[in-house]
Amino acid sequence: MIAIINTGCANINSVRFAFERLGVTPEVITAPEKLVRFERAILPGVGHANVAMKRLNEQGWAEAIADYQRPLMGICLGMQLLCESTEEGDIPCLGRIPGKVELLETNELTAPHMGWNNLRVVKPHALTTGLSEQDQVYFVHSFAHTINQSTLVSGEYGQAFSAIVANDNYAGMQFHPERSGKVGAQLLQNFINWQL
Amino acid sequence: MLSKRIIPCLDVKDGQVVKGVKFQGHEVVGDILDLAQRYSEAGADELVFYEISASVEKRLLDVNWVAEIARHIDIPFCVAGGIKSVADAARVLEQGADKISINSPAIARPELIKELHDEFGKQCVVVGVDSFYDKQTQEYLVYQLTGDPNAASRTRYKTQEWVKRVQDLGAGEIVLNCMNQDGVRNGYDIAQLSAIRALCKVPLIASGGAGSMQDFVDVFKQTNVDGALAASVFHKGVIDIPKLKQFLINNDVAARQ
Repeated sequence: MIAIINTGCANINSVRFAFERLGVTPEVITAPEKLVRFERAILPGVGHANVAMKRLNEQGWAEAIADYQRPLMGICLGMQLLCESTEEGDIPCLGRIPGKVELLETNELTAPHMGWNNLRVVKPHALTTGLSEQDQVYFVHSFAHTINQSTLVSGEYGQAFSAIVANDNYAGMQFHPERSGKVGAQLLQNFINWQL
Repeated sequence: MLSKRIIPCLDVKDGQVVKGVKFQGHEVVGDILDLAQRYSEAGADELVFYEISASVEKRLLDVNWVAEIARHIDIPFCVAGGIKSVADAARVLEQGADKISINSPAIARPELIKELHDEFGKQCVVVGVDSFYDKQTQEYLVYQLTGDPNAASRTRYKTQEWVKRVQDLGAGEIVLNCMNQDGVRNGYDIAQLSAIRALCKVPLIASGGAGSMQDFVDVFKQTNVDGALAASVFHKGVIDIPKLKQFLINNDVAARQ
């Protein structure tokens, strides 16, 4: 059973529907003490890091997520919140994935990085099963995790950045797999299949 | 490499997709979900739904069909129609829309753009601009309430100044509807899009005038817009999306297949 963590500031439905299309019915949970009962969990996130981090701390999610031993994956802002810190609001985050989230240097390119872009596997993992160089996924973001030892897949827009990260039982996808067509569906299936 | 986005636009009225010429004389082209699914499977990169009667009738769009789209479609989609407040936008986004687009309500109250930006983040906030080229004064002028020919009217804004203003207020993307070209399939308004591109730092989407696959190549190569929106050429089967993608790639335009 998959839990979708609802802190009240993310669009829960699109992630829930994406799992339903794969034949899995996730449960949206708003109480951190419930998390431990689930086999895996998703931390979605849209909006400003400051607001989202405040809610995670105030509602008791920070401890529940730190104590969780099973696969937990953040999507977009949810991934950034699992890292050590973010430049968006200059705040510390949950620290489950090593590395910092910084403003994406897009130079002369339009910002935010919005649209379909390629992925490059740098470290094969259960989460990268079936990915090929032609595959594209849908990104919408202004900040990104700087490539380090937890980077499984990189993306490039103005600079290289982490598109998929993992550390122990925690993982994150910077793009929106729930809105990335067949490639996104494969990646969500990979998360369902991921065994620690 | 970031792909140029191909965006079918579905004008919604009374629960059906309709299409008019120069924003007038609407005819029904099909069911919302059927068309959305067909375009998504054909390789559309994003979908835009405009409930065209909502702003004119001073009401929020019907959010019931939004959830149905979110349930069945696995590409991003944007929804527009009578969104006048943060509460309205929240209702649409809760149903699973990825972005909301505002047009006439932003003209009536520009601070709405900032309020939406502050609440949901820049990435959610698209501003649609209906721009008309006045041949006599040689100016680009912003229009509003174009969903109804009887309600459509000129605003006090020139397009360039309005585009700058909406960016300053926090718009994350701008869709420029070039009204002179709408529905006539004579090609995108390259001159206007180039002029606006030069002062637009956020993603810019071209709208109005697509008639052939070459028109898409031209708009991407000559104006560097991020995406191109079109309706009738897709609804009437004039352009097939997979063939369009291949044509773009053959002409060195980055496209997703």
